[in-house]
Amino acid sequence: MKDMASNPILSLRDLSVHRGTAKILDRVNLSLAEGETLALVGESGAGKSTIATALMRLLDGAKVEGSAEMEGAGDLLALSERQMVKLRGRRLSMIFQDAGSALNPSYTVGRQLITVLRRNLGLSKAEARTRAVELFTSVGINDPEGRMSAYPHQLSGGMQQRVMVAIALACNPDLLLADEPTSALDVTIQAQIVRLILAQTKSRGASCIFVLHDLALASQSCDRIVVLYAGQVVESGPARDILEYHRHPYTKQLKSCVLEIGTKEVTAPEGTVPPHSEMPVGCRFATRCPRALPRCAGEAPPLQPARAGADGPLDHQFACWNPE
Amino acid sequence: MIMSQIQTKRPATAPNPPVFELIEVEQEFSVPKPGRGLFNRDTVGLKALDGVRLSIAQGASLALVGESGSGKSTLLRVLLGLDAPSGGRALYRGRPIREARARGTGFARDVAMVYQDARGSLDPRMTVGQLIAEPLRHFNIVKKGEEAARVAQLIDRVGLPTDAASRYPSGLSGGQVRRVAIARALASEPSVLVADEAVSGLDVSTQAQLLTLLRSLQRDMGLTLVFITHDLGVASYLCEEIAIMYLGRIVETGPTDAVLDAPAHPYSAALRAAAPRFFEPIPEPLPGEIPSPLDLPKGCRFSSRCPAAQEDCRLRDPQLGQQGAGRAVACLHPLTSTGAQASENR
Ligand SMILES: Nc1ncnc2c1ncn2[C@@H]1O[C@H](COP(=O)(O)OP(=O)(O)OP(=O)(O)O)[C@@H](O)[C@H]1O
Ligand SMILES: Nc1ncnc2c1ncn2[C@@H]1O[C@H](COP(=O)(O)OP(=O)(O)O)[C@@H](O)[C@H]1O
Ligand code: SF4
Ligand code: SF4
Ligand SMILES: [Mg+2]
Ligand SMILES: [Mg+2]
Repeated sequence: MKDMASNPILSLRDLSVHRGTAKILDRVNLSLAEGETLALVGESGAGKSTIATALMRLLDGAKVEGSAEMEGAGDLLALSERQMVKLRGRRLSMIFQDAGSALNPSYTVGRQLITVLRRNLGLSKAEARTRAVELFTSVGINDPEGRMSAYPHQLSGGMQQRVMVAIALACNPDLLLADEPTSALDVTIQAQIVRLILAQTKSRGASCIFVLHDLALASQSCDRIVVLYAGQVVESGPARDILEYHRHPYTKQLKSCVLEIGTKEVTAPEGTVPPHSEMPVGCRFATRCPRALPRCAGEAPPLQPARAGADGPLDHQFACWNPE
Repeated sequence: MIMSQIQTKRPATAPNPPVFELIEVEQEFSVPKPGRGLFNRDTVGLKALDGVRLSIAQGASLALVGESGSGKSTLLRVLLGLDAPSGGRALYRGRPIREARARGTGFARDVAMVYQDARGSLDPRMTVGQLIAEPLRHFNIVKKGEEAARVAQLIDRVGLPTDAASRYPSGLSGGQVRRVAIARALASEPSVLVADEAVSGLDVSTQAQLLTLLRSLQRDMGLTLVFITHDLGVASYLCEEIAIMYLGRIVETGPTDAVLDAPAHPYSAALRAAAPRFFEPIPEPLPGEIPSPLDLPKGCRFSSRCPAAQEDCRLRDPQLGQQGAGRAVACLHPLTSTGAQASENR
């Protein structure tokens, strides 16, 4: 991989999100290089969707702190809504987990794509239609002309997700956020959609943040992985470092839960993520950690480089007092 | 053991018929004719199940695998006696399932179900304790005085916190709700547990917790398990046997490890290749889309997407037939253990 640290397209600094008294995200830092694919992984409730939604500025009723510098756009968290409207769809766009509910049920999928193209690129009706058919073709929709006039409910889950990919990529965004784009789909369709998203973003030189549950899928599709636990980054770095040379006990636990074909034994983790009202002030994993030390619950471990000298924001880092 | 062909392997001391046996089961739904006008009442038959053969022995654990729309849920409804098949025979311990179900509470007590939408299957106005007590009462499992103790026992067995009895489903996480559904299913002391995508949509940690629970239940209580999933890792962890469905037909069955190590049906091989594996490149997906069940390809139903299809595949519709020890496949040119095409035609 070339040295991409010099030109990150996105730098998230100390992103915290509060809902009431709960700190749902706690000083999250992450960087994304140009053309890079990043996976956000972690248990349900870890805050993966919250990060993506905060970047889109679509979080309702939450207090957001920190900054998210996007190359050429400024701090996404500080822009006015008018400025954000200009960016959404054009420079950054998002694919949601459930395509069925993200599409408008009362319009044909063709009309929804044409609307996006006309609004964001100022194309004429005829131009937008031609472009829409091209896009449907490029995302592997058979009979694209015919499918233009289909309503979302007339399409299978996989087809709906292809339409979502076409809409999200319609205006060649520099950054694509994909929140579990395939967890509602079968493995065969999942492989098709992930390949499609990678091919489409790579050919455009776009960067991509994938929210994923499946670590094996993350290893197949992403350059780097960020592991979240209860709203904090506990480990991040190149995919192979995270999956094979992880230092954080939580990363190890996540990996040991993966069921590959032929896996006959798993060590299921004990317990669950504590509710926000009972969150330890120190390491949030302390209540479940097999390696916890007396200091862990009271003192929060800082992120530190896994290798001396390799201390850039894209290098392997972890936050633990008693690493593996 | 799945196939009737291999039932000879059952010890002679157990002359019981299999728990479930499906013989050439067909399920045809009548649906509006595609492209019919608004006032047209024309319908056509949609075969959601077509020539299904399956036999599930006492104590077996069977994974039912296949793409969405392949007929897994329809097959389950037949097993549970919720729908009568439109063709073929569906037997529970040697008797027609619908008949067994209609006669008393024995069947409903013996065959328990965990639904795909666990939250939707639980009444939100009842506490967890009441939800678990309901089947205890319905089937008269314990005396009134022992009910609370049995509820507590079940709550503990499925790994819910002790105070869960007084909570409502809305206050529980997705994983906890599934545990409640499992506790309810176990309340009637069934010998068969049928589960539709019981762990899908959960994160890996919660999934691992539930799967270890299900496996220990299966082993400790000798449960017969029928488990629908589209995750081959889950199938391989939990189930000794696997049945792979494509467009309403079981196209391959056998011991899970043997089938997944060396799939004989090209569709099984494609499913296996699509399963995520650490650091392997994502393989080329199958070409095309799953055809509509209203417009099946001629001959073999997989021929429109099969990388191994030959000329006769568009002429003959292969039935599920024996293929080695305890295995069966519905393919004219099954793959050999090296993944190559078998040389001789069957
Ligand atoms: N609208 C909301 N109101 C209150 N709390 C919320 C809301 N949305 C999210 N949360 C809380 O914020 C935390 C992070 O949620 P988020 O949806 O980002 O998790 P996630 O990592 O995407 O999980 P999943 O894997 O289940 O999608 C959780 O504790 C969740 O309960
Ligand atoms: N009640 C019904 N009426 C008409 N078609 C149905 C009905 N139930 C299922 N089908 C059709 O039968 C096929 C198999 O469906 P299903 O058993 O739900 O598949 P799976 O559970 O494998 O996703 C699909 O084509 C589906 O649309
Ligand atoms: S800091 Fe302590 S509790 Fe936290 S992960 Fe490391 S060892 Fe475990
Ligand atoms: S019968 Fe022919 S088309 Fe069908 S699965 Fe076998 S090789 Fe493929
Ligand atoms: Mg989410
Ligand atoms: Mg189903």
